[in-house]
Amino acid sequence: MLHIENLHVAVEDTPILRGVSLEVEPGEIHAIMGPNGSGKSTLAQVLAGREGYDITEGSATYCDQDLLELEPEERACAGLFLAFQYPVEIPGVNSTYFLRQSYNELRKQRGEEELDAFDFLGLIREKLALVEMDESFLKRSVNEGFSGGEKKRHEILQMAVLEPKLSILDETDSGLDIDALRIVAQGVNQLHAPDKAVVVVTHYQRLLNYIVPDFVHVLYEGRIVQSGGKELALTLEEKGYDWVKEPVQ
Amino acid sequence: MNDVAHYQSCFKDLVGTDELVSLRQKAIEHFADAGFPTTKDEEWAFTNIAPLTRINFNLATSASAPAVLDGYRYGLNGLVFVDGHFARAHSHLNGLSAGVRVEHLGDAIASNGDLVSESLGRVAATEDEAFTALNTAFLQDGAVVYLPSGAVVEQPIHLLFVSTGQRANVVSHPRVLVVAEANTQATIVESYVGLESEPYLTNSVSEFFVGPNAVLDHYRVQRESAAAFHIAATHVREERAAQFRSTAITLGGRLTRHHIHTALEGEGVDSTLNGLYIEDGAQHVDNHTLIEHAQPHCQSHEFYKGILGGRATGVFRGKIHVHQAAQKTDAYQANQNLLLSETAQINTKPQLEIYADDVKCSHGATIGQLDEDALFYLRSRGIGHQEAVRVLTRAFAGEVLDRVRVPALKDQLDRLVDHRLDQAAAAVAP
Repeated sequence: MLHIENLHVAVEDTPILRGVSLEVEPGEIHAIMGPNGSGKSTLAQVLAGREGYDITEGSATYCDQDLLELEPEERACAGLFLAFQYPVEIPGVNSTYFLRQSYNELRKQRGEEELDAFDFLGLIREKLALVEMDESFLKRSVNEGFSGGEKKRHEILQMAVLEPKLSILDETDSGLDIDALRIVAQGVNQLHAPDKAVVVVTHYQRLLNYIVPDFVHVLYEGRIVQSGGKELALTLEEKGYDWVKEPVQ
Repeated sequence: MNDVAHYQSCFKDLVGTDELVSLRQKAIEHFADAGFPTTKDEEWAFTNIAPLTRINFNLATSASAPAVLDGYRYGLNGLVFVDGHFARAHSHLNGLSAGVRVEHLGDAIASNGDLVSESLGRVAATEDEAFTALNTAFLQDGAVVYLPSGAVVEQPIHLLFVSTGQRANVVSHPRVLVVAEANTQATIVESYVGLESEPYLTNSVSEFFVGPNAVLDHYRVQRESAAAFHIAATHVREERAAQFRSTAITLGGRLTRHHIHTALEGEGVDSTLNGLYIEDGAQHVDNHTLIEHAQPHCQSHEFYKGILGGRATGVFRGKIHVHQAAQKTDAYQANQNLLLSETAQINTKPQLEIYADDVKCSHGATIGQLDEDALFYLRSRGIGHQEAVRVLTRAFAGEVLDRVRVPALKDQLDRLVDHRLDQAAAAVAP
């Protein structure tokens, strides 16, 4: 589904990713772990199409398309979803409008008819329950005044509405209390399916107790320096990131 | 013939109404003394009116009333003026309570001449104000609204000023006089529209007396055509515990200047000035505001937002003058600007002059582009670049539009602004 090969990315001539290769197939859950500044968030942002990054080498193919050639909205319409580490507050843009517009853009892309406001409300009610969010949130502006937990649940709500093929969760666990973490993880697990894949980017092992990965990769100084099964996360938790830094240095 | 002499000569040719002759005579003298302002004049430093003064504008001899004005009525009751002349056939008023008068100047002089001669020109002084002097010198017609003590008018009163733009270089000098006695309440919508494409000048002056405990909602909608010059002054005098809420929307015109001056002359006045200006192409808009706190315990809230694209230029000047007597003043001012292109420009200048020592005054001005993070967030959810730009720009304007309390007007403004921003978003799209 996603094939990243020797990806090099720089920001204003400073190399951030220095040869990342990764294969993600349908049905799989991958965790990308690493210390601060290792390039985890850059990888997530580059995959979603954020501007301001120079791709200096390598490639990323998604569902047989050159991912790096696509606009952010085209990636979304092709089923790629990024749950933001810091979801953006957008005053004056209504949450329901936002969700429906987004949902309908994806339907249009699939050649399906757009859903009207009434039918969409039915759909959204069902999804709200999944992330234990109150309906009153639909009247609010996108993320405006949301608590940290609400923002992250809102990301998972969007994921539930859009039903992406490939979800990239960028530090979705950061700043969450244990209840919010449980709700978020539960949502992700319920949405997971054999034809879908998830890439969890995280600093801490904690989230992986709830979203159990098939593969764990350790990103360090812009390269994946270790890959393994879920037990790798436990080793990291126990030994800390110094353990992976040593063999590299 | 220089620009001032042209208008002096027109003045001589004009046969005016006798009641106003001395007011008009004084005004033309004031105009001749002042002359047109230039950019050397500090109050006009960023608005160059040379393109306007180069043209010798003439009054329209008669009104050729256009047949269709439906798109400009917003479903409201009111008076219509075409090229400066009252258009009785287009004017409709229903449901006015007893004693309330909404008349054109001629009728108002006939029915209540003393009120008109006492009030006209009292807050809109002609000294040192060239355009107000010019308006007053050529005062022929206009709208007079009188609310006797205790009157409440539920239906918004609409004063629609149409410029046909059929012949080149026509000037109109619309005048509005509103006298709201104690404990009255009304909503007044002034709107200015242009129909066809010839250049013209609208030089309007509006005067508001807001009596004790009166509540006036004022909307000013400017939709002049692309070749129009629009110079406007709104003068307000508020007495004890009065509330005046103004919303000025500027969408049209080639060169626009709106000066609004509100004098808070009683205790406990609550004054609100909201504004939204959306400009593109080579449009220029200058919002020039002066809030004068003369008495204690008054509040003023000022909130102006601008969206400028293309090569549009804008000026916002917000002066708050707190007199020594005006203790416990609470004044807030904000001016926020969104620039959609690299060539659009805004000059924003907050100006606080405070002579009292126990006051709360704050101001803030921002100039910026669309939030890149918000843009990416929307796009990452499948919303295309153009739609994302439109939505974010619309949200920016929405903060002012959401304060419009007349539903028919709000619907119309929402549609107008949507249309303008669709065009702007299309121009920004990569």
